[in-house]
Amino acid sequence: MNRYPFWKYAIIVIALLIGSIYTLPNFFGEAPAVQVSAGKSSVKVDAAVQERVEQALKAANLTPEVLTLDNGSLKVRFDNTDNQLKAKDAIQHALVPDANDASYVVALNLLARSPAWLTALNASPMYLGLDLRGGVHFMLQVDMPAALTKKAESLAGDIRTGLREKNVRHSGISRNGQTIEVRFRDMATLEAAQRVIQDQFVDLQTTSAADGADFKLSATINPVAARRVQEQAIKQNITTLHNRINELGVAEPVIQQQGTDRIVVQLPGVQDTAKAKDILGRTATLEIRMVDDSAEARSAELGNGPVPFGTERFLERSGQAVIVKKQVILTGENLTDAQPGFDNQTQEAAVHLTLDAKGARIFKDVTRESVGKRMAILLFEKGKGEVVTAPVIRSEIGGGRVQISGRMSTVEANDTALLLRAGSLAAPMEIIEERTIGPSLGAENIAKGFDSVTWGFVAVTAFMCVYYMLFGVFSSVALAVNLLLLVAVLSMLQATLTLPGMAAMALVLGMAIDANVLINERVREELRNGASPQSAIHAGYDRAWATILDSNVTTLIAGLALLAFGSGPVRGFAVVHCLGILTSMFSAVFFSRGLVNVWYGRQKKLQSVSIGTVWRA
Amino acid sequence: MEFFKIRKDIPFMKNAVVFNAISFVTFLAAVFFLFSRGLHLSVEFTGGTLMEVSYSQPADLNAVRNQIAKIGFTDVQVQNFGTARDVMIRMPAVKGQSSAQQSEQVLTALKEADATAQLRRTEFVGPQVGDELAADGLKALAFVVIGIMIYLAMRFEWKFAVAAIIANLHDVVIILGFFAFFQWEFSLPVLAAVLAVLGYSVNESVVIFDRIRENFRRYRKMNTVEIIDNAITSTISRTIITHGCTQLMVLSMLLFGGATLHYFALALTIGICFGIYSSVFVAAAIAMWLGIRREDLIKTPTKVAGDPDDENSGAVV
Repeated sequence: MNRYPFWKYAIIVIALLIGSIYTLPNFFGEAPAVQVSAGKSSVKVDAAVQERVEQALKAANLTPEVLTLDNGSLKVRFDNTDNQLKAKDAIQHALVPDANDASYVVALNLLARSPAWLTALNASPMYLGLDLRGGVHFMLQVDMPAALTKKAESLAGDIRTGLREKNVRHSGISRNGQTIEVRFRDMATLEAAQRVIQDQFVDLQTTSAADGADFKLSATINPVAARRVQEQAIKQNITTLHNRINELGVAEPVIQQQGTDRIVVQLPGVQDTAKAKDILGRTATLEIRMVDDSAEARSAELGNGPVPFGTERFLERSGQAVIVKKQVILTGENLTDAQPGFDNQTQEAAVHLTLDAKGARIFKDVTRESVGKRMAILLFEKGKGEVVTAPVIRSEIGGGRVQISGRMSTVEANDTALLLRAGSLAAPMEIIEERTIGPSLGAENIAKGFDSVTWGFVAVTAFMCVYYMLFGVFSSVALAVNLLLLVAVLSMLQATLTLPGMAAMALVLGMAIDANVLINERVREELRNGASPQSAIHAGYDRAWATILDSNVTTLIAGLALLAFGSGPVRGFAVVHCLGILTSMFSAVFFSRGLVNVWYGRQKKLQSVSIGTVWRA
Repeated sequence: MEFFKIRKDIPFMKNAVVFNAISFVTFLAAVFFLFSRGLHLSVEFTGGTLMEVSYSQPADLNAVRNQIAKIGFTDVQVQNFGTARDVMIRMPAVKGQSSAQQSEQVLTALKEADATAQLRRTEFVGPQVGDELAADGLKALAFVVIGIMIYLAMRFEWKFAVAAIIANLHDVVIILGFFAFFQWEFSLPVLAAVLAVLGYSVNESVVIFDRIRENFRRYRKMNTVEIIDNAITSTISRTIITHGCTQLMVLSMLLFGGATLHYFALALTIGICFGIYSSVFVAAAIAMWLGIRREDLIKTPTKVAGDPDDENSGAVV
């Protein structure tokens, strides 16, 4: 009666085996490593890079323990920090000749010391949260109204051009918040304008109203378009943040969108918050200026003469010098968009720029006067300028739509568009939450969490063994299995473990023992009522099951609520809590029954069971 | 070993009025303190900056206060955190100044006075985040309450669901009352603890209700009061042992978990103690007063003898 069929034992053995394998990596600790990842979208970390790194290390007389290439990053593990630092210098020297133009990010990191066969099984240690490993956490709020206002501004300019082309006479276009207002003298013109807007601007929805003697047409960005603008704004900000954080040389930065208008940035191991904040909050500025093509400037370009008065010397990304006039024609504020694309006629890769109304007007004037000359688009970051591109003006450009093409690959077009957009962040951001945890505090937190779990576990198992004797030992083993499975699941899912998560682990162990107490008490009660040992065990487990299920479901409801509505520390708690409840159902009921069955199930004439005192009234 | 050799059912329900009165008074006191003193909310809810600075020797809090006041920050709280060498500084958010500047300035000032000052942790939360957290906390609470009620109503009956929720919500209010009375810091982990306790002590009521249902089936001659008394008596040892074990874990957190987990563990401790009380003395009594009957739980009372689904047909004597 107390026997499991073979397959149930098989499930238990398999679960234990898998649990052990995935828990194992947590015991090996971490070793110092150097991580190489791409610093630009145009470069890839591949076998060729691996070879270069290997050569560099050989030249520096360093032998790495392990060298792996996965997911576009190269990880090189060393036995001590000394070699790690030497290796970082060597690799940096080999891969990044110019620190100002880093194609690769070479960062210090910690790698699991687990053996290769575990790594091959995708078994890695639990992913520790910032409060356990130290680092910086930021939450940034993207100013969406500002992004929409900017979009409205550029649309206002487009409407002006559109109406002029169709010869619709208006008496003024203005932007009021995110609404564009166009005034007309009579109703007929208004209707004509409305048709033009409906035809040409699918992003807008219009309403008309009489306004004194005039007629007013109000156009607003429709919800679909607004959502698109917001999505673009946040995506773009994330891209920009990625580029900036690459500069910090963080091994595993986390940059995630949260909700519709927030970005979470986590930089494990970064201690210099001031620098991190400086880099995150930095605004790159974009300037459009004319290139000086006088004879003096030409010779200065080649490095043969002094830079002429009123000009400055900047480098192009290719390293080519360009002499640029100091007078600024346009700034990034006038640039509303930059997208990579193709030339309509030649099918060459190109970058399409969109300027706002003011920018378009100035641009038209400047290009009319300077056909055949070159202009330069400069990106200033950290007070240092760089020429993104310096195209030749072929003809007068009106309407605020500019196309830069010629001698560009698609990748370069992408890069240039990205840089141009970076120079004019789609929407301003603000840090609304920030957390810094020092590395010593992280280590202390791990120790504290570990101690809490260990001592609590020891106390509970000691009590169980004394009070319930052999059944207490079974319960304790089941509790240990629960811990094993929980750690294994957390390692498998790579869920972030935080200090509240460790607290949840302790708590869940304290709660999981409830199931075993219920069972043991029930078995005792059955024995007290005169049942034979075998039927007491059977009835005890069977009767307790319904109760255990009910009580676990209610606890799980609370856990799910925390998971759904919680953020930050609460979520870390909830994940472990919910998983722990699930694993406890397996270990406390299914597994512990298995143990009991193996021990007692085979004895046909069982006289007594070791479950502590069973008193008779 | 056996702690509970109870020969006769303890007449819990005879004194139900007294127990409920005690619990009602505690509840009122908790509500009173919640309103009169309010919760001491952490930076996560109020918005502001929190810094944890550690020194090589025990820190002089007054000196630290003066140094911060000197650079022009007002309404700053300085207190020890964990050990005498660790100091926690809480500052309200200042308009027009980012947290970065704020914490940087303070740290520079502190380092000038004592070079060993070391920043262990900073936390800055903007005011908009705080409001959201409070709203999310309430939503989570509502979700738990509704979810548990629906589940209990399905598994048992609405009277049980109502009784369990009333009993356990009163635990939650009492925990909050403690936090208000002692002005302990109410942070996000504490909120998590409160909700976990809610789920956990509903557990307790479920175990007792389960036994009540079973007793209704088994002892056809007992009246409701006797049945409840018997159910509570026969589960009391399990109740105490389970909670004792959970409390051992929580105690371990309280002792070894350090300052960060201190209030979390404290909330759990209060929750566990009142959880026992409310499940044993309050929940069952409310269910009794709501008028639970045998017929509510045993859906088809006129079963054919020998029905395989009927619990009374075989195993039980």
